[in-house]
Amino acid sequence: MSEAITSGGGPEEGVTGLVDDWAADRQAYHVPWGKAMMWIFLVSDTFIFSCFLVGYLNVRLTTTEPWPSQSDIFALSFGGGEPIPLILIAIMTFILITSSGTMALAVNMGYRKEKMKAFWLICATAAFGASFVGMQVFEWSKLILEEGVRPWGNPFGAPQFGSIFFMVTGFHGLHVSAGVIYLLWVAFRVKRGYYDDKGFEIIEIAGLYWHFVDLVWVFIFAFFYLL
Amino acid sequence: MASAEGGQQHPLGIYYKIWILLFVLSGFSYAVDYFEVQGALRWTLVLLFMFLKAGFIVAIFMHVVWERLALALTILGPPSVLLVLIGFMAVEGKYAEEARFTYMGHDRNAVALTPAEIHGGGHGSDEENHE
Repeated sequence: MSEAITSGGGPEEGVTGLVDDWAADRQAYHVPWGKAMMWIFLVSDTFIFSCFLVGYLNVRLTTTEPWPSQSDIFALSFGGGEPIPLILIAIMTFILITSSGTMALAVNMGYRKEKMKAFWLICATAAFGASFVGMQVFEWSKLILEEGVRPWGNPFGAPQFGSIFFMVTGFHGLHVSAGVIYLLWVAFRVKRGYYDDKGFEIIEIAGLYWHFVDLVWVFIFAFFYLL
Repeated sequence: MASAEGGQQHPLGIYYKIWILLFVLSGFSYAVDYFEVQGALRWTLVLLFMFLKAGFIVAIFMHVVWERLALALTILGPPSVLLVLIGFMAVEGKYAEEARFTYMGHDRNAVALTPAEIHGGGHGSDEENHE
């Protein structure tokens, strides 16, 4: 990175900095290469999820069959009481936000070189992620086995409901599962001291991925479950 | 500025504040559904809370607000083009739906069934389906 710093102190900020960064024949991004690569991957992933969500928008608008009521379908009753609407999804949302918070703290602890705190916080993040996937498995099996929802049809209304549901939440769940494995891998390398000399940017890079998974869920929660 | 060295170290306080804020916003989102707010107000509130949550995650948790403009624009620029796609698909979708109602005789007033109705009452849903 240091070769990019101009002789007059640090690089320029703001629009002048933007022009400088792009106009000169040198490095454009003043971040570790791993972080730039992770961001480029996340931008491309944004487009994949956007394809799914825009496809959902179009399919939901064009179908003339009534869209099933998510609020009733994802309701859950505890101890035989009245079903609480959308409660499972709300819990999953809170779990994912909790995990995002522990991840943000882990990144911070990494930069403070508090290795063991970072390790345990990443492990907590992975545990929350795993429980999220567990609840998703519960949700899927309830929908498939009890309600008879299939990718090609369901008893409630528009058959597209099932296709969109399994595709979007499935792809997101796959991201969470991959994230749990990635986080555990990073966590144990942190613990073993692999990054002691290299620096702890890797925790921030893994954190970017994890926050992205949470970010996608914010959109799925709003568009698929609430609207 | 920390980002010049590529590292992002900030006081812990801001993470705690944003964390709490995200919980509160999620609570609000869920309240919109729980209290069965409908129509334009539902859309407004859900989208408002969604954009606030997404904004805080990207800006603070993903540190974009502290990144240099070159990286921030690389991240935010290309996806913003998607707004055009969303606009096109919304217009086209509305048109296709209207055409199916008007020219293909699809039922404009069809109502979806709820799990309670399918499983034979159980947890008393008060509205019956007269179709």
